[in-house]
Amino acid sequence: MSGQTSFVQQAPVHPETSARFADLHPPFDRQAAIPEANRCLYCFDAPCTTACPTHIDVPRFIKKIASGNLAGSARTILDANILGASCARACPVEVLCEGACVLHRYNKQPIQIARLQRFAMDSLHASGAPLPFTPAADTGLSVALVGAGPASLACAAELRRRGLRATIYDAHALPGGLNTYGVAEYKLPLVESLREIEMLSQLGVEFHFDTLVDARQLAELEHDHDAIFLGIGLGAAHQLGIPGEELPGVTNALDLIAGYKSGECTHVPPRVVVIGAGNTAIDAAIAAVRLGASDVHIIYRRGPEQMSAFSFEYEHARLEGVKFLWNTQLTRIFGGEAVQGVELTGPTTLPVDLLVLAIGQAAQTGVCDKVQREHGRIVIDRATGQTSNPKYFSGGDCTNGGREVVDAVADGKRAGIGIAAWLEAARVPA
Amino acid sequence: MSQPKPTLATTFCGIPCLNPFWLASAPPTNCGEQIMRAFDAGWGGAVWKTIGEPITNVSSRYSSIDWEGRRMMGFNNIELISDRPIEVNLQEMAEVKRRYPQHVVIASLMVESKRDVWHDIVQRAEDAGADGLELNFGCPHGMSERGMGSAVGQVPEYCQQITGWVKEKARTPVIVKLTPNISDIRMPARAAKRGGADALSAINTINSITSIDLDTLQPNPNVDGKSSHGGYCGPAVKPIALNLVHEVLSDPQAALPVSGIGGIANWKDAAEFILLGCGTVQVCTAAMHYGYRIVEDMQDGLLAWMADKGFATLDDFRGRSLPTVTHWNQLNLNYQIVARIHEDLCIGCQLCYTACWDGAHQCIHLDRTSPAPDITRTPAMVEAEAARRISTTPIPKLDSTGLGRTNAVTPLERIPRVDEHHCVGCNLCSLVCPVEGCITMERVENGLPPQTWAERTTQLCPP
Repeated sequence: MSGQTSFVQQAPVHPETSARFADLHPPFDRQAAIPEANRCLYCFDAPCTTACPTHIDVPRFIKKIASGNLAGSARTILDANILGASCARACPVEVLCEGACVLHRYNKQPIQIARLQRFAMDSLHASGAPLPFTPAADTGLSVALVGAGPASLACAAELRRRGLRATIYDAHALPGGLNTYGVAEYKLPLVESLREIEMLSQLGVEFHFDTLVDARQLAELEHDHDAIFLGIGLGAAHQLGIPGEELPGVTNALDLIAGYKSGECTHVPPRVVVIGAGNTAIDAAIAAVRLGASDVHIIYRRGPEQMSAFSFEYEHARLEGVKFLWNTQLTRIFGGEAVQGVELTGPTTLPVDLLVLAIGQAAQTGVCDKVQREHGRIVIDRATGQTSNPKYFSGGDCTNGGREVVDAVADGKRAGIGIAAWLEAARVPA
Repeated sequence: MSQPKPTLATTFCGIPCLNPFWLASAPPTNCGEQIMRAFDAGWGGAVWKTIGEPITNVSSRYSSIDWEGRRMMGFNNIELISDRPIEVNLQEMAEVKRRYPQHVVIASLMVESKRDVWHDIVQRAEDAGADGLELNFGCPHGMSERGMGSAVGQVPEYCQQITGWVKEKARTPVIVKLTPNISDIRMPARAAKRGGADALSAINTINSITSIDLDTLQPNPNVDGKSSHGGYCGPAVKPIALNLVHEVLSDPQAALPVSGIGGIANWKDAAEFILLGCGTVQVCTAAMHYGYRIVEDMQDGLLAWMADKGFATLDDFRGRSLPTVTHWNQLNLNYQIVARIHEDLCIGCQLCYTACWDGAHQCIHLDRTSPAPDITRTPAMVEAEAARRISTTPIPKLDSTGLGRTNAVTPLERIPRVDEHHCVGCNLCSLVCPVEGCITMERVENGLPPQTWAERTTQLCPP
């Protein structure tokens, strides 16, 4: 961190937003964590570990909680997943580790792995101890990483632990990408994302913010570094392509979420319509409720069976009072100086003060003409993250089309190991 | 035709008992007020906290062993005998007997090893109305340094002599309480029998140091930075107690009616002690943990089990299991069992697999999805394959199968297979399996006639 300002100190502080977005899953205290840890059967070749994209050794970290070795527990988590604290909060564990828990077939309640993981990570943070890893001796090799999201961060950590230099470039003012700006605040507060990245940066990762890497700069990076990692995420939000979309009061889900997380948006008008039924649409709709909307609809062109949101996210939205209109399409957006309503198939109209599009994002364009792509996604070797251009590696949303933080971390980790192995192999005299 | 309703009423060395559940001589029987509340809760008897010249206790006095979140799996104390004057205890005892004539009150006694002192205390206890006397030859701390308690129990000659003195005076049954802190418990038991004891109670607490505090580096229970070995009891000691009770009751020179003690917390524990021959059982730690109310289910559960088994009285099953515990050389070497994993119950934790590989005989394998049985695949190979797997978060629309989405059915690859040819029938897998009935140990007919080690060695080396 030398020479850099603390990320955490740069986090915007908005007590009202914090209060409105309190923890969805409150933390365990010690008295709750230990009996829960003791409930873990300690499976061999545990399904939770296999289900985790980063393969955290779940039974091992849980048994360390039970034995009182909290530092060891956090180290076990971080060893597999350098963003273990973020993932403990942001992961859809119902379809990952907790979904795979054998207790579903035993006494039915899976181990609360995410809350235990958070307990271990919170304990580490509270102890004030540094990251339990140190960089290896400098190899003289250096890697440029484009984008400061979870994939690049995980990649950088692996590189530093192997003695490679890691320099990250990002267009934003703060690191973390969607981990910082895109996860619902009641799951992962912005400041917690920054806290974790600040720890990671103790490994000697160099950051360049407010830097949009274009083709010219990429060529320079390619010249100056031994390898490039592209962790550039997805591009512009999709649009509907119907009249009225340019009216004030029409936005997209990611901007809404980033807006309230960064403190730029503290409330929304009463009537909000969200278009789309993915997990981001749910996050946006719930955010609208928490930000003061009284009437929030999600409109989806197909039925609940085709919804791409996880079922637990759907249930959460219903509990928050979000209403769903299935098999409904938007035909027109109308208004004067700002959006006033939408016309729907049916036909019917709905008055709207804020219209939020959550129908996905396009692939990034521009910087990736150096590597092969398919349906806009950068093609990689899954085991190493290497692209068609051997000096280029990649991972995260730009390669998988948009999945979870933990998927990006896993991609970045494999790429970090892959880059180090590739560069080491290249060094061996023929 | 319905069976007659079973009864818990019994007679122990001549003392009629409403039920076999007695509170052991300990803090729960410290005073008359407590004992009367215990009788109201359903206890059939109480052995009064040992009466003798009042002592001075330390604080703290107790410590315990927790196990995986459960409190007090083992319990330890450095408390001494009653700290109340003898006459107060005896006045209250008389009052309890006046109000509860049908309940059993046993006076636990410990005095100086002098004939006239013992004669005096026996007389006074019986005058107070005690139904019987329990001689505390077992207390392992504090009193033993003064030549009492286990200092007597560990020396068969003293044990015999003092029992004899008591018997010279006593009109009620005399029960000698045995210490487990001795290499052969039969020796003091035989001595007590020679001394004329009417019954035995076993076991007293086991010498123990429960724990060292890893912050202060001081032992527990902590008395101003120091501790002393205490007496260990609670659920953890039950198997030790059962064995010692068996040793006494299977020895004709020692066998007397036995009141079983040691980790009894519920009706099942009680039934086991009775099956090994005990006439009554004594409880302390469980009552200290949860209160007197635990006796309700001890009665209820035991009666239900008796009805289920067709036992009308405790005598119908008392000692039934005693002859089934024998010497190792009397066990059938040709009896063969193997583990069977019931696939429909298996949850895929693979604890049996790791236990068999690391703790037993490497005959459980993960090869159900292999083309052929594969006994060469080691745990390290299994883990290495898992580490190489690439998993992603399943998205409802995109992924029909994700690891976290198929949790209703155990994947076949996670269900271990027993190599029955190599299985030695040790039980370990069935013991670690968390699912009841998932791994059963089943008899394999091998056509061999029963043969014990004793028989085999006799045949090989004819006399």
